[in-house]
Amino acid sequence: MQSFANEGAAGMVLAVAGVIVANRAYLSEIDGKIGDGDHGVNMAKGFGMAAERIGPDMSLATAFDSLGTVLMSEIGGSMGPLYGMMFTRFAETIDKVPAIDAAAFSAMLASGLDGIETIGAAKVGDKTLLDTLVPAKTAFDAAIAEGQSFASALDALSTAAEAGRDSTKDLVAKIGRASRLGERSLGVLDAGATSCALILTTLATEAKARLGA
Amino acid sequence: MQRFINNPDEVVEDTLKGFVKAHRDLVRLSERNPRVVAAQVAPIAGKVGVITGGGSGHEPAFIGYTGRTMLDAVAVGELFSSPTAKSFLDAAREANGGKGVVCLYGNYAGDNMNVKMAVQLAAKEGLTIATVVANDDVCSAPASEREKRRGVAGEIFMWKVGAAKAAEGASLEEVRATAQKAIDSCRSVGIGLGPCTLPAVGHPNFEIAPGTMEVGIGHHGEPGTRVEPLKTAAEIGRDMASIVLDDHGLAAGTEVAVLVSGLGATPLNELYILNDAIEAEITARGLVVHKTYVGNYFTSLEMVGATLTVMALDDELKRLLAVEAACPAGL
Repeated sequence: MQSFANEGAAGMVLAVAGVIVANRAYLSEIDGKIGDGDHGVNMAKGFGMAAERIGPDMSLATAFDSLGTVLMSEIGGSMGPLYGMMFTRFAETIDKVPAIDAAAFSAMLASGLDGIETIGAAKVGDKTLLDTLVPAKTAFDAAIAEGQSFASALDALSTAAEAGRDSTKDLVAKIGRASRLGERSLGVLDAGATSCALILTTLATEAKARLGA
Repeated sequence: MQRFINNPDEVVEDTLKGFVKAHRDLVRLSERNPRVVAAQVAPIAGKVGVITGGGSGHEPAFIGYTGRTMLDAVAVGELFSSPTAKSFLDAAREANGGKGVVCLYGNYAGDNMNVKMAVQLAAKEGLTIATVVANDDVCSAPASEREKRRGVAGEIFMWKVGAAKAAEGASLEEVRATAQKAIDSCRSVGIGLGPCTLPAVGHPNFEIAPGTMEVGIGHHGEPGTRVEPLKTAAEIGRDMASIVLDDHGLAAGTEVAVLVSGLGATPLNELYILNDAIEAEITARGLVVHKTYVGNYFTSLEMVGATLTVMALDDELKRLLAVEAACPAGL
C-alpha cells in the first residue's frame, strides 16, 4: 500500500501557502473581473500569516489545523470560513493517521467538502470553488476504484481540478458577489475555483513527491 | 490616484486608530478584539444589545453608527470583505447586557456565513444572537427573489430603528421584529458614475466608460442591471425614485423617510441637486416626505455615484426615527 508519513509533512502546506502567495496578483486580477478584486490579497494574507506559524517539522495534520484556524479566525470574507472549514476538516480527518494512504486522502477530501457544504449554500455549477473540488475528489476516488495507484489517482485529481476550474469560464455565477452579474459573469474564471485548483494540484504534487512517485 | 495611506495592507488598522481618537467620547476599540468597535456606553445592563458588522471602505458605515442609542458594537472586516465569525462574536460579547443581542447586517455571502458561525459559537456560551438580514437593494434581484437582494443604505434606518427600540427596553424578539419591519419598509438603488480602487489591489475594480452610468450598482462596484448614457441630474433623480417606488408600491398619502448618500467621491452639492429631483418624483406620486437625510452616509471608497433609500413610515417607525441618538456619523 502506498502512503506517506503524516509526521513532518508540514512542508506540503507550506508549499500550498507559497503558491497562493506567489499568485496574489493573478487571483486578484481574476476576481477583479467579476468580483471586487481582493481574492488574491486576502488569500495571500491568510496563507502567508499561517506559513509564519507552521514549522517544517510539524505533522501535516497540525499544519492543516494551523492554516484552517488562521483562515477562520483572522481572514473573514467568504474564503476565510470556507477554506478555514476545509482545512480544519482535513486536519481532523487525518489527525490520528500516521501514514496517509489513498483511503485517508479520500476521507480527508470528503470531510473537507462536507464542511464547506455545511456553511456555504453553493452547488456544483454555481461557479464556485466546488466546481473544482467536487470533480477533483470524484476523479481521485474513481481512479482508486479502478485499481490505479495513489500516485496516478493524484494525477487524475490534478487533471480534474484544472478541468473543473476551466469549466467555471462557461458558467453563470449563482452565488456570492459575482452572482449579481448574471450573464455578465460568463467567460471569466471563478477566482475561488482557481485558488482551489492551485491548492489541490500543489497538494497532489507534494504528496506524489513524498510517495517517491 | 493619490491617497493618504501608509501601508496598503494596513488601511483598516490605521483607519480604526484615527477613528477612535476622533470619537473617543462615543466609541472605543474592544480590548477583546482589535477588529471590534464598541460604544463607550456598552454594554448596558438589561438592554438588548444591537450590533452589526461588515467590510471596511464604506465609512462612516459601519463603525460610524456606533454610539448612544445606536449600535452597541460593530465587527470590522477588511476592505469590502466580511469580518470574521470571531469578530461578530466579540461584538456580541461587547454588546451583551444580559437580554440577548440582535445582529442587523447586510445580505452578502461572506457575512451570512460568518454571522451564522458566530450565532453557533455564541449559543455555546449561552448568548442568544437574533439576526435580521437587510435586502433593500432593488436592482440586485427581482422582487420575486427578494431574499437574494443585497443590503445597502437601508441598513442605516434598520440600525437606527432597532437601536431606538432596544433603548425603550423592548425584548430581543420585539427588537428583532421591529428592525425587520424597518428593513422591509426600505427600498434602495445605486447609480455609479466612476469606479473605486482597493489600495492593496492598485487598479480600479471595474470600468465605467466616459459618458455612461451604471444603473443599480452595488456598494462594492457590483455591476448594475444596465448601463445607460449619462443623463442630467433631474432625469437621474427621477429614475432613481421611480426604480425604488415602482418596486415599493406604496399607497398615496404614505409618509416616507428619504436617504440620499454619496458613494465617496461625489460632492455634497450634487447630492442636493439629485435630492431635488428625487423629492419631486416622490411628491408627484402622492407620497409625503417626512424626513430627508443627504450626505455621505454609506460610501464605497472613492466611487463616484449615489444611492437613494426610501423607507415607508408608520407611527412606530416615525417615533423611533425621531429618538435622540449620538454617533460619529451624526445621523
